[in-house]
Amino acid sequence: MNELTSLSVAEMRSGLLSKQFSCVELVDAHLSRIEATNEVLNSFITISSELARSAAQNADSVIAQSGEESPPLTGIPVAVKDMLVTEGIETTCASQILKGFIPPYQCTAVSRMCKRGAVIVGKTNLDEFAMGASNENSSFGPVRNPWDTKRVPGGSSGGSAAAVSAGQAPLALGTDTGGSIRQPASLTGIVGLKPTYGRVSRFGAVAFASSLDQIGPFARSVEDLAVLLQAIAGKDERDSTSVDEPVPNYSEAIAKGENEALSKLRVGVPKEYFIDGMDPAVEDSVRKSLGVLEKLGATLVDVSLPHTELAIPTYYILNPAEASSNLARYDGVRYGLREPADSLQEMYARTRAKGFGPEVKRRIMIGTYVLSAGYYDAYYLKAQQIRTLIINDFKAAFANDCDVIAAPVSPSTAFAIGEKADSPLQMYLADVFTCPINLAGLPGMSVPCGSDADGLPIGLQFIGKPFDESTLLRCGHAFFKQSSFDIRSMARKQATEFAI
Amino acid sequence: MSANEKAIEAVIGLEVHCQLSTDSKIFATSSTAAGEVPNSLTDPVTLGLPGCLPVLNKKVVEYAIKLGLATHCSIQRESIFARKHYLYPDLPKGYQISQYEKPICLGGNITVRLKEGIKNIGITRIHLEEDAGKSSHVDGEAVSVVDLNRAGVPLVEIVSEPDMRTSEEAGAYMRLLRQTVRYLDISDGNMEEGSLRCDANVSVRYEGSEKFGTKVEVKNINSFRFVEKAIDYEIERQSAMLRNGEEIIQETRLWDEAKGKTRSMRSKEFAEDYRYFPDPDLLPLIVDNDWIDSVKNTLPELPDQVYQRFKSMYGLDDYNADVLTQESLVARYYDQAVSVHGNAGALANWIGTELFGRLNKEGMTIENCPVSPENLADLVHLIGQNVISGKIAKKVFDEMFSSGARPAAIIEQQGLQQITDESAIMAIVQQVLDANPQQLEAYRSGKDKMFGFFVGQIMKLSEGKANPQIVNTLLKQKLDE
Amino acid sequence: MALSKEDIEHIAKLAALELSPDEFNAAFQELNDILNYIDQLQAVDTRGVVATSHVHGVVNAFRDDVIRPSFSKEQVTKNAPSIDERGFRVPKVI
Repeated sequence: MNELTSLSVAEMRSGLLSKQFSCVELVDAHLSRIEATNEVLNSFITISSELARSAAQNADSVIAQSGEESPPLTGIPVAVKDMLVTEGIETTCASQILKGFIPPYQCTAVSRMCKRGAVIVGKTNLDEFAMGASNENSSFGPVRNPWDTKRVPGGSSGGSAAAVSAGQAPLALGTDTGGSIRQPASLTGIVGLKPTYGRVSRFGAVAFASSLDQIGPFARSVEDLAVLLQAIAGKDERDSTSVDEPVPNYSEAIAKGENEALSKLRVGVPKEYFIDGMDPAVEDSVRKSLGVLEKLGATLVDVSLPHTELAIPTYYILNPAEASSNLARYDGVRYGLREPADSLQEMYARTRAKGFGPEVKRRIMIGTYVLSAGYYDAYYLKAQQIRTLIINDFKAAFANDCDVIAAPVSPSTAFAIGEKADSPLQMYLADVFTCPINLAGLPGMSVPCGSDADGLPIGLQFIGKPFDESTLLRCGHAFFKQSSFDIRSMARKQATEFAI
Repeated sequence: MSANEKAIEAVIGLEVHCQLSTDSKIFATSSTAAGEVPNSLTDPVTLGLPGCLPVLNKKVVEYAIKLGLATHCSIQRESIFARKHYLYPDLPKGYQISQYEKPICLGGNITVRLKEGIKNIGITRIHLEEDAGKSSHVDGEAVSVVDLNRAGVPLVEIVSEPDMRTSEEAGAYMRLLRQTVRYLDISDGNMEEGSLRCDANVSVRYEGSEKFGTKVEVKNINSFRFVEKAIDYEIERQSAMLRNGEEIIQETRLWDEAKGKTRSMRSKEFAEDYRYFPDPDLLPLIVDNDWIDSVKNTLPELPDQVYQRFKSMYGLDDYNADVLTQESLVARYYDQAVSVHGNAGALANWIGTELFGRLNKEGMTIENCPVSPENLADLVHLIGQNVISGKIAKKVFDEMFSSGARPAAIIEQQGLQQITDESAIMAIVQQVLDANPQQLEAYRSGKDKMFGFFVGQIMKLSEGKANPQIVNTLLKQKLDE
Repeated sequence: MALSKEDIEHIAKLAALELSPDEFNAAFQELNDILNYIDQLQAVDTRGVVATSHVHGVVNAFRDDVIRPSFSKEQVTKNAPSIDERGFRVPKVI
């Protein structure tokens, strides 16, 4: 990483305001970094250089005019997961079925971020329609982990995570349906947050499993992350499920963590999140991190979330069911791929056969089955009931025992590309510590907390009460500052591998 | 009694789709207008573009509550939107948003008036849903074209209980529904243009049988004239099968208007499986009592209430009360007219015959009627006051219809006032008798019929303005001299 | 609840997916594995448990009945595989 691409957002902001460098220079530095590294990482599907440069020029004039008063993200490069529709920029969801689709409308989160000055540098790679935990399910090829390019970056937002980790952008947007922000953040050594369901508008996030999907930010520090979260959070009239809860000042919440550390904070440790078969390095690192939290003044409390082991099977009913419905619209009639055929039914079946990859087809098949006549009660309804039990677990823990929960993010560190490709079910188990949080609609954040023997990053997960992202940020930031684990020095190691 | 002689009765239930007349779509912001350029009333939500989400139009809910209250349904505190899946090019998302397990209205009824009396017809449920687009064939090509302007237009589906036994009852039910939605001003109720669509579930059984026969669904009845015809055809078809001991299969049949028959729809390759589940994009719809009460306060007087009031308040007979309450605007017109000078009976006749006759002839409706209720009331009043005769009144009415002028002004301008001055009329009588000595001779020799001849001549000479009673009296007096 | 090959065919038809013989065989195996796994939920007693459709318990989101500008012709046609002035062209609907 050169100097500009390794700065924090705050450093970029002050450099821009003090005219040490211009937005154009900042954006160009990132575009060069992308150009130099994308061939290896494959983290971007689309690089929007021209639009980015013109947005940067515009940002420079905003800064020239308004200085300190200019919006907080003015001129800051942001990578956007190709699951979010971007007006005028091709949006594919890493699927052949949407190849060439240029949306005539803008995702609300993207538009809010751009209104605050952010510059889109490109659209990042992902598992097709966000279905996966390794980014191998992309029709544009797998993304590679910047820490070890033979390994996966996690998924589905693997491109966004790799981009931020490798200095292609300081910030990125992803989506998280069962862990798709937190798990890749964990595997690439950065910070990633899945907001409370309803905190960020889903308008323009291509629907995967609508009752679980949320857009969220990636960054290399909690402070950076808070700036992007601040920009995208809040009620949107175009998403009925977005909630009209006041959006607090997240940077203030972080400052509180700095001043008061974590005193009086009760941190719940769920025993069900330390299971047989998890990587000992992960468990070790997370346990050590709990000690750090204690040193910061937090009280550790044992909590139980007894229905945790039902989360994966529940998730893999609800998720494919909703996915099968959401993906019914890709029929070759109004947009996207169409395979020619003589009859309508053939046109549908061939278009979808050609346009969707194997994992997408698998989920559509499972989802179609569990919703079909005679099976709805046994599968979908049952899963919705168990979802209630899982929600109640968290409610009880937060009501009686703790203010925030700390847990691992992923049972393992980054695995080798191809390692789990043969067993879909094995891959599904990667969501074990993350998907319960989506089922419960809670906010969850992954913060780097250590590394394994191979130097691969490990993440610590904070899980909060509904709409209490502030506490997550406060914990994450306090932990980050106190942790003996220095992600930035690690990042420098990583950077040597990508030195231009 | 053998099977052949036993009477057969039909059991009929109707599923009626009614398009609500909101400005924008149920979940999207495009206009609901008809007849626009194909696909010009679309937006990301209507086209089912990726990442787009439905947001419920509040007015649609208000309209459904109105209809629910008017049909004595219980408005559900909680209702849920569900996704109904099937692939068809006119359905952009691959599913239709509808209400399934929890509709907004349950358990109502409406009372239809039939020749033999009134009948209560139960309403099982009313639910909200979005309309599909329209696909049409292109002549001479192996393609169809899809216009999505209609996609997302709000509909209510009104499902009746299987309470109807004859096509007449079904027709009356449909007409009352149409009348009701028009009174409520929530739909234009136009069946020919597709705002009101009817699917009929028809079965037959031997009278006295407890069990229902196998139900056949008749679709594509898209004109008021054919509701009864299509059902009658289906009843006859099934009755013949029942008598012949043939098995009636559960199926969907299409009404073919040109042939006057129902025909079986090509059986699907596999049974429909709609895979309903609650739409995660739409929140539960909660209608509390305050909301219901506030809608209740805006409810207009309903067709049957107006009908009963016209009978009791204005002493109208069944026929006139029915005619004047078919459309709320007509009822309002009549109410307004009567409020000026009374004359309820005469005005009912005038509206039912002269006004409707003229509107029909001109292809106009009461909405753009050039004769205001006040002016019509004045006209009828002037007849009652003997200012003009009924005959002259028709002439005045014609003038009112073409110019919109007040009757008094027309009468004044054209000198049409009735002549009631006895000396003036006597002068005309004298003039007529003088001009027709032979006829006078004939009358006096016993030909009483000649009296009518003289009256005719007098009226002609007075240009119809002479008061007929006075003419009669004076003529009689003169002839009997 | 094991899936038969006929079930797979039926599901593929409902889902409008044409499966190659290889895909079909893979689907048969994988779907049964996955269903076998999720079938563990059948053992959970959920009598009397309310089903969660919406996780945050918020109700009633509305918009006013206001028309906003629709798409331009260009916006409708740009991404369409086949369209003319009468509409999106598809193989004949029977």
